Amino acid sequence: MEAFTRLDAKVAPLPLANIDTDQIIPKQFLKGVDRKGLARGLFYDFRFDEQGREIPDFVLNRPEYKGAGVLVAGDNFGCGSSREHAPWALMDFGVRCVISTSFADIFYNNCFQNGLLPVVLKAEEVQQLMEEARGGNHVVSVDLAAQTVTSPSGAVFHFEIDPVRKDKMLKGLDAIGETLQAKDSIDVYEMKRALAQPWFEGA
Amino acid sequence: MRAMPGKTLYDKIWDAHVVAETDGEAILYIDLHVIHEVTTPQAFAGLREAGRPVRRPDRTLAVADHNIPTEGQALGVDAVADHEARLQLQTLGKNVAEHGIEYYPMGDIRNGIVHVVAPEQGRTQPGMTIVCGDSHTSTHGAFGALAHGIGTSEVEHVLATQTLRQKKAKNMRVRIEGEPVPGVGAKDYALAVIGEIGTAGGTGYVIEYAGSAVRALSMEGRMTLCNLTIEGGAKAGLVAPDETTFEYLKGRPSAPKGGAWEMALDYWKTFFTDEDAVFDREIVLDASKIAPTVTWGTSPEDVIPVTAVVPAPETFATPDKRASATRALEYMGLEAGQPITNAKIDVVFIGSCTNSRIEDLRAAADVVQHAFLNGRLVAPHVRAMVVPGSGLVKEQAEAEGLDAIFKAAGFDWREPGCSMCLGMNPDRLKPGERCASTSNRNFEGRQGRGGRTHLMSPAMAAAAAIAGHIADVRDFL
Ligand code: SF4
Repeated sequence: MEAFTRLDAKVAPLPLANIDTDQIIPKQFLKGVDRKGLARGLFYDFRFDEQGREIPDFVLNRPEYKGAGVLVAGDNFGCGSSREHAPWALMDFGVRCVISTSFADIFYNNCFQNGLLPVVLKAEEVQQLMEEARGGNHVVSVDLAAQTVTSPSGAVFHFEIDPVRKDKMLKGLDAIGETLQAKDSIDVYEMKRALAQPWFEGA
Repeated sequence: MRAMPGKTLYDKIWDAHVVAETDGEAILYIDLHVIHEVTTPQAFAGLREAGRPVRRPDRTLAVADHNIPTEGQALGVDAVADHEARLQLQTLGKNVAEHGIEYYPMGDIRNGIVHVVAPEQGRTQPGMTIVCGDSHTSTHGAFGALAHGIGTSEVEHVLATQTLRQKKAKNMRVRIEGEPVPGVGAKDYALAVIGEIGTAGGTGYVIEYAGSAVRALSMEGRMTLCNLTIEGGAKAGLVAPDETTFEYLKGRPSAPKGGAWEMALDYWKTFFTDEDAVFDREIVLDASKIAPTVTWGTSPEDVIPVTAVVPAPETFATPDKRASATRALEYMGLEAGQPITNAKIDVVFIGSCTNSRIEDLRAAADVVQHAFLNGRLVAPHVRAMVVPGSGLVKEQAEAEGLDAIFKAAGFDWREPGCSMCLGMNPDRLKPGERCASTSNRNFEGRQGRGGRTHLMSPAMAAAAAIAGHIADVRDFL
């Protein structure tokens, strides 16, 4: 997993609440067997019309937001289906950070598995970022070590993040390798369980 | 010193599964891992790249459900027309064979929607931890099991370690008390709860459902209720196990037998919330005040009683919500202030892991039969389909003659699978089509691009099929 330390990137505003994972990556893009090439499907129904033509005024199609690395969106971003294709598609598109007032649980967890940073800010801060993102300068700085987002105008917003998650994100640590270090504890747990609840074995 | 406060059901299941705790995060043992074709290929690929085996193939169960067609299943996977879907199904077949995982492939009578199959086989049991790469895993909470959806990286993590790294959620209790009015059931309760707390209202919580109306529900009803918990944003939903649970489990293929059954029963009976346990949040609903409920918008929290009118965007509290409501009305082709029963229906879908079990099909068939005896069929302009949740549900329904009732009234009787719940297979809405659906998500494009979904109970969907528009099932009883 790629480490996340600090990001200076364009921010694109998506002022809608409850953007769900079906909108982030519609189901017709879930049929692959690997993680690549998903950028094409990102926000597909927002970006393209029924004939597959670009919808020019959708924010991510506008030239001033080309290459945006940060999204700022309304409440409850990433609700709906648990598909991990949502963070994969965002990452494949070049987005490394999403800012909102709140995220759906599964999406939030999935972000950390993939090096995509979800940042929770207060409603008025998100509002201010949205407005500034619509102005002439679109670049924000996200500093994970300092836990800050610096808006285009230079306003600094602090965000909270779980220290364990932060640390792993900063180092780009793989969760499976880490858990396998506790293999002995898992072995012991299974042995105890096999004695106390024997019907679990060989079901 | 004060005595330790009591534990909730969630606390007890959690405590029984902690393998180790590090930095405020627990390594939680997973008792059952259910997998399907869509969210696993990348996980198995990851294992292969890292040279890691599957730790407990025997605690893993695989089905094919999300993108299988609902006809011609006997022809086998190689006959699936969509080549990407076929590739995913073939990939799953290869992966389970390589790792020795039990698999009910398409066409096997035991196959069906993952959240229908595992309970039906008796794999889902009280006090367990259960995960699956699908958000509606919350369904299994009906048995008093801690069950929730995970992403593909976590699927890989569980395959490799049989554990999951988790942080503990907070406790919420939703009590539904009293007698429901006729025609109202678990689906209406679930929609009413989401309407009450909002789609983000459960975020960070595990919800335990309690109260006399919940106790009175069958296992099918409890599964419907827990299934929709995720639409309220909660991590998982739970119902404490009781006689109804044990009765359902007894004799199922994977349920414990003989002496083990008695042992298991003693163990299961320890999973309840202590009287003095404290919940972080508690909500009480009066079942007698819940009407048959439908959604009008594009979020499951957009619910109204079937007797109500479509709300106006101005009535919402925040600018975000007003913008979403305006967009939803436009997408849904509805006017604020119109009675929801005016909405003309093009398609009826009875199915999905929310409502495709035998009791759901019976409830729908009951309405259809009543109408049939009064000389009424599916309205001529409506395309109506019933998709049983598994091969075994289908078989049971056919043994009870339900298929004959549906077919006589003009319904299409299909083979099991997720089908039009998410439209990954050929069952989809066309742009602008309006669907009365027993599934769980009314998001834009969920059932097909431009499709308009109204969520409701199986009985309400059956009533809509006959009426040709959204209708109050109580007029059909
Ligand atoms: S029926 Fe729908 S919600 Fe349930 S598992 Fe299938 S796709 Fe998911």
